[in-house]
Amino acid sequence: MTLFYLFAAVAVLASLLVISQRNPIYSVLLLIASFGALSGLYVLLEAPFVAVIQIIVYAGAIMVLFLFVVMLLNAPHEETEQDERLHAFRRPAPFRFGVVLAVALAIELTWALTRGGGETGAFPGAAVSSVRAIGRTLFTEYSFPFEVTSILILVAMVGAVVLAKRDVGRSGASAPPRG
Amino acid sequence: MPPVTPLLIAQLTLIVVVFTALLLSAAAMVWVERRLAAALQQRHGPTRVGWQGLLQPFADVIKLMFKEELRPKAADWLLFGLAPIISAACAFAAFAVVPFGADTTFFGLLKEPLRLQVADVNVAVLVIFAIASMSVYGIVLAGWSSNSKYSLLGGLRSSAQMISYELSYGLALASVLLVGNSLSLTGIVNAQAGTWLGFLPKWFVFVQPVGFLVYFTAGVAETNRAPFDFPEAEQELVAGYHTEYSSMSFAMFFLAEYINMVTVSAVATNLFLGGWHGPFLPESLGWIWFLLKVGALLFFYVWMRWTLPRYRYDQLMKFGWKILLPIAVLNLLATAAGVLYFGA
Repeated sequence: MTLFYLFAAVAVLASLLVISQRNPIYSVLLLIASFGALSGLYVLLEAPFVAVIQIIVYAGAIMVLFLFVVMLLNAPHEETEQDERLHAFRRPAPFRFGVVLAVALAIELTWALTRGGGETGAFPGAAVSSVRAIGRTLFTEYSFPFEVTSILILVAMVGAVVLAKRDVGRSGASAPPRG
Repeated sequence: MPPVTPLLIAQLTLIVVVFTALLLSAAAMVWVERRLAAALQQRHGPTRVGWQGLLQPFADVIKLMFKEELRPKAADWLLFGLAPIISAACAFAAFAVVPFGADTTFFGLLKEPLRLQVADVNVAVLVIFAIASMSVYGIVLAGWSSNSKYSLLGGLRSSAQMISYELSYGLALASVLLVGNSLSLTGIVNAQAGTWLGFLPKWFVFVQPVGFLVYFTAGVAETNRAPFDFPEAEQELVAGYHTEYSSMSFAMFFLAEYINMVTVSAVATNLFLGGWHGPFLPESLGWIWFLLKVGALLFFYVWMRWTLPRYRYDQLMKFGWKILLPIAVLNLLATAAGVLYFGA
């Protein structure tokens, strides 16, 4: 249980710090720390495969791209001093929307925290976490959602290529000579 | 608190031994690299410190320790300090799941056999892959936090390179997993015991020659070694991501690079070259075979560095995405079809 509280505390604290940072690079790094703690929680649930995949996919691949983009764009520190003088409800529309979302999140969290609890003990589907079992379930029971997801990702990839290639197609003839 | 048994003491000793051996292997690699480079370029290399210059790496370490620790004024001090630690920690952590010998009782010294592996994880291959993907952060953060254009360019280049080659690396690993039918490195090594027709060892390199080539090429790119050493291309980027580092923080990057080489070679030995299986020696002395195979791969690493010129950066990207990745994908598909047809 000590380990659970340790990982849970790191995950929650890191997530809170992600949104309170002014420097986007620190936000990205804290999000990685939060993912690492989540992966520790998966290990405690006897799902080592999911834990490692969490690190490889989220912390390893996606966050590297995030960091890459933040570094390339050299995003400036957020300036929030102006807004902090106004009351939350008197800020421009996006902020008011954010306040509504925050209230909704708070209500959901209280609901979830008061409802849950009581049931403790080991995760029932520990055996499900083996790679073989995950593969089998994915390609039999959940094969339709799996294929739909892959098409979704394919669409995103094609879209990215089209967006990135747009200029080349228009001015293909007058492209600068390659050295 | 678990009771103190001889096995526990042996395991703790093993951790210390592996840690020290990794440190010493980095020192040995520095010596081998310099002497071999000298031999390939028809000069002597370091010969003065100790017999044949064997103590040269230790002299270098002492020199580095007494150097001043510099930090650029505009650097982000927290990340600047953290980056070399991430690099070195990832390098050491990856080796924890690499087995390097069969279970042994040390000639009857222990009652229960001890597995020559720091941590026995049943998804060891994926753990190594995960830690390799985390080690990018050390380099990227070093490049960014130094607040220097050379460091930043080096860091960006290396992250692009590592992301590109990680895919081929992972696909090459996956094709071995299919043949070995296991995610545990011990399981994969044990699947390579024995011989075909009495003389050809059952190494996966003979089943997966393409996989081995892809793995090793991607491994060289992952460890940022020549001919893929763009992050530290001296002629263009001074020293790449560690331009602004000095003293022990520089030494940590250096250490991480050599230990990563050792880890890539050790994993290649386990996945493709039969691990600790070999003729003549009893199973309990298999780690000698393991060391020999890893040594041969490391020798190849150094040999390659001083033989091949560096690619151009666009050539590297083109090679990674348009040649290596399709080969890796086709290899994986062919392997899967073969395993399905022959039933592994």
